[in-house]
Amino acid sequence: MDQFLQHLVNASVLGGTYALLGIGLTLIFGIMNVVNFTHGAIYTFGAYAMYLAAVALGLNFFVALPVALVAGLAMGALIEFALLRPLRRSDIDTTMLVMIGAGIILQSGTLWIFGGVAKAVPTPFPDAPLVIGPVSVSYVRLFVFCAALALIALTYFTINGTRLGRAMRATFQDHDTAALMGVNVSLIYTATFAIGSALAAAAGALLGPVYVVFPQMGDLAAVKAFAIVILGGLGSISGATIGGFILAFAEEIGAGYISSGYRDAMGFLIIIAVLLVKPTGLFARAERIG
Amino acid sequence: MTRLLAPTLLVVLAALPLVLKDPYLVNALIITGIFTICAMSLNLLLGFTGQLSLGHVAFFGIGAYVSALTALGFDVGLPFGLRVTYEGGSPLVGFGLAIVVTGLAGYLIGRLSFRVRGAYFVIVTISFAEVVRLVALNWVELTQGPLALTSIPNMTLPLPGLGEVALRTKIQNYYLVLAVATLSYLVIARLVGSRLGRAMRGLKENESLALSLGINATRTLTIAATVSAAMAGAAGSLYAHYIRIIDPDVFLFSYTVTMVIMVVAGGKGTLAGPLVGGLLFGLLPVALRPVMAPEAQWIVYGAILIAILFVMPKGIVPALEALTRRRVARAEPNPALEAGAQP
Amino acid sequence: MTAILSVEHVGMRFGGLTAISDLHFHVREGEILSLIGPNGAGKTTAFNIMTGFLKPTQGRVVFRGRDLAQTRPNEIARLGLARTFQRTSVFADDTVRDNVLIGLHRFACPDFMDRLLPTPRARAAEKAARARADEIIDLVGLAQRAEEKAGALSYGEQRLIGFALALATAPRMLLLDEPVSGMNASETQGFVRLVRKVRDEGVSILLVEHDMPMVMEVSDRIVCLNYGRLIAEGSPAEIRSDPAVIEAYLGKSAARLEHKEMADA
Repeated sequence: MDQFLQHLVNASVLGGTYALLGIGLTLIFGIMNVVNFTHGAIYTFGAYAMYLAAVALGLNFFVALPVALVAGLAMGALIEFALLRPLRRSDIDTTMLVMIGAGIILQSGTLWIFGGVAKAVPTPFPDAPLVIGPVSVSYVRLFVFCAALALIALTYFTINGTRLGRAMRATFQDHDTAALMGVNVSLIYTATFAIGSALAAAAGALLGPVYVVFPQMGDLAAVKAFAIVILGGLGSISGATIGGFILAFAEEIGAGYISSGYRDAMGFLIIIAVLLVKPTGLFARAERIG
Repeated sequence: MTRLLAPTLLVVLAALPLVLKDPYLVNALIITGIFTICAMSLNLLLGFTGQLSLGHVAFFGIGAYVSALTALGFDVGLPFGLRVTYEGGSPLVGFGLAIVVTGLAGYLIGRLSFRVRGAYFVIVTISFAEVVRLVALNWVELTQGPLALTSIPNMTLPLPGLGEVALRTKIQNYYLVLAVATLSYLVIARLVGSRLGRAMRGLKENESLALSLGINATRTLTIAATVSAAMAGAAGSLYAHYIRIIDPDVFLFSYTVTMVIMVVAGGKGTLAGPLVGGLLFGLLPVALRPVMAPEAQWIVYGAILIAILFVMPKGIVPALEALTRRRVARAEPNPALEAGAQP
Repeated sequence: MTAILSVEHVGMRFGGLTAISDLHFHVREGEILSLIGPNGAGKTTAFNIMTGFLKPTQGRVVFRGRDLAQTRPNEIARLGLARTFQRTSVFADDTVRDNVLIGLHRFACPDFMDRLLPTPRARAAEKAARARADEIIDLVGLAQRAEEKAGALSYGEQRLIGFALALATAPRMLLLDEPVSGMNASETQGFVRLVRKVRDEGVSILLVEHDMPMVMEVSDRIVCLNYGRLIAEGSPAEIRSDPAVIEAYLGKSAARLEHKEMADA
């Protein structure tokens, strides 16, 4: 039981960042109908931005975090503007392949610049964990959890409480109608991709100091994000939030009770299982025949 | 013009070892050939049926492991106290088994592809490849995990009077790969040119209409996926017995990306496309090696992929065909157009 | 006269929306029956149910004595029930001949080894398929355009390819979804002759069409739908003078006024 409680706490801490990753991807998928294969690379990019700001520039940890987030925002806007805007009329396969190309460039660029050796980001938190009864959790993980929750709340507020969010929701419903109603759809697309990327970068910047920072760290993160999106349903932010926690929990249980080697397989197994049960994904759109 | 491309290429490639002696280049050509087989097989799915499978490397890797383990033998414990011990045998049997096992795996993915479409299919196929990779990494008793399967014997061929002869030299392996590639090309050309190919095109272009004409989508996609997977499995087997060491990295997503780039750049849905794309992207690292680091090469790969999708989204071969057609049209003015131009 | 196709009390609901309620009629062997009704009356939905693309929420469709409830679209085609589509009727990237060859799918050689190897059997089947394709292309009058990409042809000609594709499956019955939309008057006249010719060869026809003069000219019988239910059934003359039909098309107030014009058509 104690062990189970510990797994539960670990899963909750991890789930926050997974939710960030999933929300970012589901926003982009839902609003833009783009399968964003740069998501993992942006996650890595965020972690390296954190490393650069905190180590190379010597900024305070709490200053470096928003810097990494803004870097992700800018990178997302750049990718959208340079690569997706010209392809607005292309099919989903083409944009998917272009995103793969962009992901390769980002990841190889990181590898080229920083090399393959993992980097550590120092944190201002004490090394000794916080122990409450049978459960122990490190302070940095606790902070990561709180920061992730804060960012999730901020995203909810942006989507539900601002004019930008209203325009995004309108575009999600039907971009043609949104355009007719005076929504600048191009701007919404750029904003969506930038926000989605900022969330991925934030996840990287938060988890980088917990683990280590290395160029391939985004590969698994990307597939996990896809698993979360499929679990939670296309374009559903609350679905992605819940999906993030479910995946984290499945991984903890898988690693704790089955085999630690298969921890990362849980995401893939969830994807395959969900789609076998509901082949069109949880939120299929009907198409007219004839 | 593109109709003559494949035979011409075959003659040139068959004659090449007569003049080309540099083992590094022969090696590059062998690897290129193996990946071109993968690209051709991927094209059957991606190009001709329109199903974007990004887990193709799974079949390549399964083929490599099945063939290597058949040749090396294994001794694994299974649940319920069962134990399977196998002495090891002929690599040629491994080659055959690789084709059968990957064909079966492809059959299952094909059944799935009818149920799961679009972006979801893409994600399922990636997940499938990653699960297989994690199994290869963690089932250490069978695969040695990250320690790799080593000392895999070279492929053997039964020759009359000589028994099974191992193909040890680079040149021998070169011709083996060329032969398998040629055979693969012929099989695909035959399938695509037949009734099955027309059914695949029909499903890709207008699925409802194709169904209304009595075309069985499940059956058609399943046959395409099975053949495609078996071919990639054969390529994996060739790879294992040529390189003679394999580890779970044979399942890396970047190999799938390489295959996809070859197909998309060359021209998906064309017979010559994967050949052109395969040679181009297989040999590009040879050209780039003296001038840049491997990471920088990948940046160039990514940039070329994006550039091709922007400039000629259909790929090199269709772009060339369009160009020659335009030339011909300009050389012989269209009388109908000229008549129409007069008031 | 026996029925080749029976639509028996079919209903179709999408969520809370009723697209069709209690649709009930028969198509007789060898007749040309037209299904008419204003836009949104449920005609295309009815077609999609009859050809297995949609499963009705109530009732059943029986084709040549067989209940189609568990039958998939491609199997229905094999039973001899073919259809054309209202919007996308061709394989745009293929030539007209290849289009028809795709339509001849079920008559080409089915064996796997025959696909892989150019066996004599495969060659003979392929040759026969090509000959049959040319016959069909000739029949619909597109012989001149056989080598052109279907997508490059005029809209009216694409309708003809769609018709040729359906014919290629050697149907016992054809469902035509607005076949003459996009055709000019002389093309429409040619199409009417074509439909009659096909019918005279023993193919029953169910037609959905908005071109009323064409419907009146070609049909043996007409059924009229409105708001998902059947409102009239009879010969063209009977339908022409049926007050419910006129009201459905023109609205109550205009009905009386326009009665004469419609009767003249």
